[in-house]
Amino acid sequence: MSRLHVVSGKGGTGKTTVAAALALALATEGRRTLLVEVEGRQGIAQLFETEALPYEERKIAVGPASEGASRWGSSRTESGGDPLRGGGRRAGEVYALAIDAERALLDYLQMFYKLGSAGRALKKLGAIDFATTIAPGLRDVLLTGKACEAVRRKDKNGRFVYDAVVMDAPPTGRITRFLNVNDEVAGLAKIGPIHNQAQAVMRVLKSPETAVHLVTLLEEMPVQETADGVAELRAAGIPVGGIVINMTRPALLDNGDLDVIAARGARSGVAKALSQAGLGGARRGGLADRLIDPLLEQAREHAERVELERAEHAELTSIGLPTYELELLPEGVDLAGLYQLARDLRKQGPI
Amino acid sequence: MTSDDMTLDASAPRLEVDALIDDPRTRIVVCCGSGGVGKTTTAAALGVRAAERGRKVVVLTIDPARRLAQSMGISELDNVPRRVKDVDEAAGGELHAMMLDMKRTFDEIVEGHADADRARAILENPFYQSLSAGFAGTQEYMAMEKLGQLRASDEWDLIIVDTPPSRSALDFLDAPKRLGSFLDGKFIRVLMAPAKVGGRAGMKFLNVGMSMMTGTLSKLMGGQLLRDVQTFVAAMDTMFGGFRTRADATYRLLQAPGTAFLVVAAPERDALREAAYFVERLAAEQMPLAGLVLNRVHGSGAAQLSAERALAAAEALTDGLSEDGAADGDAGTDRAENNLEATGIVDLDGGNAGAGTAGGLSPAAAAEHPAPTSASAAQLAAGLLRLHAERMQVLARERRTRDRFTALHPEVPVTEVGALPGDVHDLTGLREIGDRLALNGTSADDTDTDGTLTGDHSDSGS
Repeated sequence: MSRLHVVSGKGGTGKTTVAAALALALATEGRRTLLVEVEGRQGIAQLFETEALPYEERKIAVGPASEGASRWGSSRTESGGDPLRGGGRRAGEVYALAIDAERALLDYLQMFYKLGSAGRALKKLGAIDFATTIAPGLRDVLLTGKACEAVRRKDKNGRFVYDAVVMDAPPTGRITRFLNVNDEVAGLAKIGPIHNQAQAVMRVLKSPETAVHLVTLLEEMPVQETADGVAELRAAGIPVGGIVINMTRPALLDNGDLDVIAARGARSGVAKALSQAGLGGARRGGLADRLIDPLLEQAREHAERVELERAEHAELTSIGLPTYELELLPEGVDLAGLYQLARDLRKQGPI
Repeated sequence: MTSDDMTLDASAPRLEVDALIDDPRTRIVVCCGSGGVGKTTTAAALGVRAAERGRKVVVLTIDPARRLAQSMGISELDNVPRRVKDVDEAAGGELHAMMLDMKRTFDEIVEGHADADRARAILENPFYQSLSAGFAGTQEYMAMEKLGQLRASDEWDLIIVDTPPSRSALDFLDAPKRLGSFLDGKFIRVLMAPAKVGGRAGMKFLNVGMSMMTGTLSKLMGGQLLRDVQTFVAAMDTMFGGFRTRADATYRLLQAPGTAFLVVAAPERDALREAAYFVERLAAEQMPLAGLVLNRVHGSGAAQLSAERALAAAEALTDGLSEDGAADGDAGTDRAENNLEATGIVDLDGGNAGAGTAGGLSPAAAAEHPAPTSASAAQLAAGLLRLHAERMQVLARERRTRDRFTALHPEVPVTEVGALPGDVHDLTGLREIGDRLALNGTSADDTDTDGTLTGDHSDSGS
């Protein structure tokens, strides 16, 4: 089972929401997950309705209670039970971290070189700024490096501190480059600590410990980007996990209904039905009658959309990855909605 | 508009798109906004519309959908504007389009500013190659550079530019400044000539930091990368002034009166939050905001029927079905009814007035079907009503999000673009979007039909 879940998706598909729901879903009893943000948007804080996240790992939520026997908790046995965590009956925990590239770099310098004042001098000179914004790829190396460090981190008993790390990653168009940049940096810096660090990160990212999940909608452009993204990730040797189809809507009418509507006779029947339901007169020009055209127009649009969505769905299925579906929450995603999505993800089996 | 229209449209000024693109003083339109809101499509649709209204337009897109790019003939990424075919040029306009090739743009700057030998040294430098191939920021910088070039050539009446899908929608404003401040900064001078900076009087602190730093850098980056960077910086030395000047010039161009920013958003919480942030940021930078384009807004031709009433009616119909047990054997009735209709009514759309008594809605027709309504029609009606209820809920949600934005920024002109069921990937689709952009708030107007079910209007048909 993967321990680093990288969640990407085209802009507007809700990847931050899905990443958060996944972190919650993975936080089954006794498990601890870390939700990581790398783009400085504070999207996680907004979702969890807390103040802006600092550059420090802090607990932001407990996992949703499991419904019946949890298929998810069983993987715990691979590490031989969990005597240290209250017998495994404790609620799961979600921690969150907004990674700041500049702080991550200063941390590294401190860790490897014990640079106290020199670090500040570097900052004054603009070297830190250079390294985190201008120097090609360094920023990405720092961000992925920090996430990989959290994946590998163990406590004094030799246990992983986090059972899973979920990253709210850059969008599909940039994800392969973002994850693969370590390869490039390792090539650019052929020796030295940056080289070693980049290679170490790459080993994690290309191992089965990592899974990149792509979030999409049933619309043409996001689906196309998903297909392209999967191809790029595969070409780069980065393991792809699943496809999360977000904001699905139930089909209320299908083409069969439309065929009936197209048959002219249906119109009067529907008008009578509307009238009977108390929506005004069915005669020509009556209130119910006047509802029909707009209602039929909406039905046609709906059917067109359903048809498009089916085609896009087929396209996604043909990619050959596991798919997960999350229904559109009509009132938008609040905290309760987030837990709902987490439960929905859990029901669809391990991701 | 009826008086019971309670939206805040009245307080949010309308964005007059045609006035904007027709005005010869408008030379640049920048479409910005968060990812997935339709910036590229909006830019392309504006381009088509402006060209067909007589202006000579170039659209600079960053990352168009493949089919849209193909339809505009710019699937080739060659960094040169191409004339778009099949645009109606009767009004004297033209449409050109190009897709940004950031590496090519960067290379061109180098080639344009350095002699051949130096240019080659830079282009072959591994650090440069990585830098120009696109790390965070290059795309933004090069988009603005290209915009500056297009403007300087003065070949077009109107330049419409799409902004990159960035970490934040504001990166394209920040990236050039960041690069500029780096190029002006101490660090670069340190990289080029450590001894010189370190030796300055009064820089003792720096001096200490310095020797530690070059050592640290060398350790960190590995000697070879540091040398690559130093060579790169040395080779670029003569060009830095040019970069800075250009970045400043582009920035001023964005503030100029001929520039108009359009913030594009979808009627969703996150997109509008980002839009609000953008509006504030543009004001702080003194960049001219023309207005907000609210994309994919839903409307309904039957907005007089509320979600609640529609659902209640649907339920009543479904209940009626189960009580009658009429669901069985309705197929025959249905067919009979269809037959009757097919012969009885010749023209449903045009013949309302003259269809006469043979119409299915007439008492005579009803009498032939003593059953209240056929079960399938009731089912269908219930389905239509549920669909309508869902639509009305979407409408209400979109309106709430929009109103929140309008309350925060009542001064920002808004145009709403009605949602299309499918994606746009041809000129016809772009024209349709253009019409909707200019029509301005059609979806809101749709809701203002003359009858409401709750109000007492002349036709109390029941």
